[in-house]
Amino acid sequence: MTKNTDQPAAVKNTAVSIAGWPIQQVFRLLEYPFSKIQRGVGIQGMPWIFLLPNLIFFGIFVIIPLFINFAFSFTGGTELFLSNRVYTGTEQYRFLLDCKTFGDPITCREDRFWKGLYNTFIFVFFQVSFLVLFSLITALILNREIRGRGFFRAVFFFPVLLSPVVVALIWKWILLRDGILNAFLVSIGMDKILFFVSPEWAMFWAVFVSIWAHMGFYTLILLAGLQAIQPDLYEAAEMDGTSKERVFWRITLPLLWPNLLVVVVLALIKGVQVFDEVFVLTGGGPGTATQFIVQYIYNTGFTEQVQNFGLASAASIVLGVILFVLTMLQLAVTRARDNG
Amino acid sequence: MADPGVETKNLVSIILARRGRKKWHWTDIFSYTYLALGIFLMFGPVLWLGMSSFKTRAGLLEFPPTFFPLGQIELQVEGYEKPLLLFDVKMDDGSTRQLAQIRRIGIVSQMVDPKNPGEKFKIPIDQRTKVREFRMAWENYRDPLERFNFLLFLKNSVVVTVVATLVTLLINSMAAYGLSIYEFRGRNAIMLFVIGTLMIPITVIMVPVYLVVTNLGMVNSLWAVILPGAATPTGVFLLRQYMLTIPKELIEAARMDNASEWTIFSKVVLPLAMPAIAVLAIFSVMWRWNEFLWPLIVLNRTEVYTLQVGLNAFQGELDVQWHYILAMTVVTLIPVALVFAFLQKFITTGIASSGMK
Repeated sequence: MTKNTDQPAAVKNTAVSIAGWPIQQVFRLLEYPFSKIQRGVGIQGMPWIFLLPNLIFFGIFVIIPLFINFAFSFTGGTELFLSNRVYTGTEQYRFLLDCKTFGDPITCREDRFWKGLYNTFIFVFFQVSFLVLFSLITALILNREIRGRGFFRAVFFFPVLLSPVVVALIWKWILLRDGILNAFLVSIGMDKILFFVSPEWAMFWAVFVSIWAHMGFYTLILLAGLQAIQPDLYEAAEMDGTSKERVFWRITLPLLWPNLLVVVVLALIKGVQVFDEVFVLTGGGPGTATQFIVQYIYNTGFTEQVQNFGLASAASIVLGVILFVLTMLQLAVTRARDNG
Repeated sequence: MADPGVETKNLVSIILARRGRKKWHWTDIFSYTYLALGIFLMFGPVLWLGMSSFKTRAGLLEFPPTFFPLGQIELQVEGYEKPLLLFDVKMDDGSTRQLAQIRRIGIVSQMVDPKNPGEKFKIPIDQRTKVREFRMAWENYRDPLERFNFLLFLKNSVVVTVVATLVTLLINSMAAYGLSIYEFRGRNAIMLFVIGTLMIPITVIMVPVYLVVTNLGMVNSLWAVILPGAATPTGVFLLRQYMLTIPKELIEAARMDNASEWTIFSKVVLPLAMPAIAVLAIFSVMWRWNEFLWPLIVLNRTEVYTLQVGLNAFQGELDVQWHYILAMTVVTLIPVALVFAFLQKFITTGIASSGMK
């Protein structure tokens, strides 16, 4: 791997020198106005000047929308502009959360929302468990003294960089009725399976493809955690003649545990927001079998004939609450990891 | 002469030889099996995409599919406008001839001898096999560039990626500078605010951001994709952590020399923070190139589609033209593959150290 280390550096240097010139000119141009400003506000004011552009962007595209979101969720109608919208109080929430029995989406007034929530729950349950399991196995194997470790790490990592649309199209092409997988099934004497017609298969492949695409990321984090474990611990265990299985349960797993928790929570946060790959792969179908909560928000707010922004906002606030709880959990486990 | 049995034994022991003369454990066998399966499962689909993207439309419809792009040979026969497909035909007398098909009616096909266009035959279709050759269907790549808006999508994606990355790098590095070099009242509050925004994903505020973008008159312009995500909290955080490691003495020395704050930022701190900026640049390029949900919402006209949105629109059409879609998918994948090939180390260390992607 030593050969490869100077290669990125060389690429970087040429890239920097090519892209650098115009950028330098821009910085030179900005020199004058900024020294003027500095004369005006003094050195104590400068941090705020440097922060200003970023804060303006945060304000316009994150903070203001956050408040508008609440306002939207208490209004009805199809107007986009807030001033034209009718105040409806908590009606959107009451509509959204009106269920006879919460376990069964069909008994809810807005059954699509509950179906989405229910689907998301099933997806997240399977996706996160198998994602973490396979990431752990892969990280453990990549942490061993194997030949071509860098190569294998790249093999498992590269799908992380692919766009969700590309990932979905790659797999859609394999899973089509006349795709290669069905050709294989026929060749071993089985019948073709229409993967996107059966709700169970569609969900299976949604989970599978999303694990395929994201596994490398979590593997990398776990690998970093494994490499942080002191080698003398393993050496001591080997001296004592401890079996490999015992080393795993008594040394590796307990020491990796904090990282594993972080990975689980990160995967949960990402999993709840699943949309891109599955939307391109199955379109949410068959029926609503793979329609998740983000797609519900997207459909309600942007694709339906009647764009129901109020309902979409209310639904996204429900999603926001779920994510908030998960994020608090993330903060807690990250803090525990970094302190302990 | 050496005994071949000894040689194979040596070979096996060389292959199985391990550092430190450790014995083989079941986990070793498991590991290598897992890795072999891993290569197949991770690379296989991409390889299959690449191979398929070079097949003709007719080649893609074949079932079972062939691995290599084999195209059926087409011949220009005198007296016929369109090129005809070539078949090997088993004749009634047991001999085999190469004939071109004029048309097919049910289970019988009308054929002609390409060498002697006057001679026509009626052949049952089960007596013919396609004559194929290895042929890369480059037209899958050429046609979308010429006929569809694909070149436009490509241009839009490049514009979004480049402009958004430059804006992100500029405002994020400025903010990081403000938060790392100075000590001022409210710094911790701002830092908390930045980390707080890190936790508000676009999925939660789609509707109101759409309202803001509409208010600013940016719907169906590339700015609607570029600007909302420009101030990444991830970037501020990453750059700030790095800039904190820059020695304070350097900045003090520059101030002694009467350098303005902007000069210190652009001439002293930025060059030193280059490794972190490079990581953010790579991340930003990938985020923007791959972005899907937000462009899908704000870009509703074909002229402003990015590659991702355009690809999705193509695959959602009633008559899906897979031969074009596969080729365009490959084109979409290439920049990312290049970034990965050259900058893998940067990316993996960036992710491993920050826990973000």
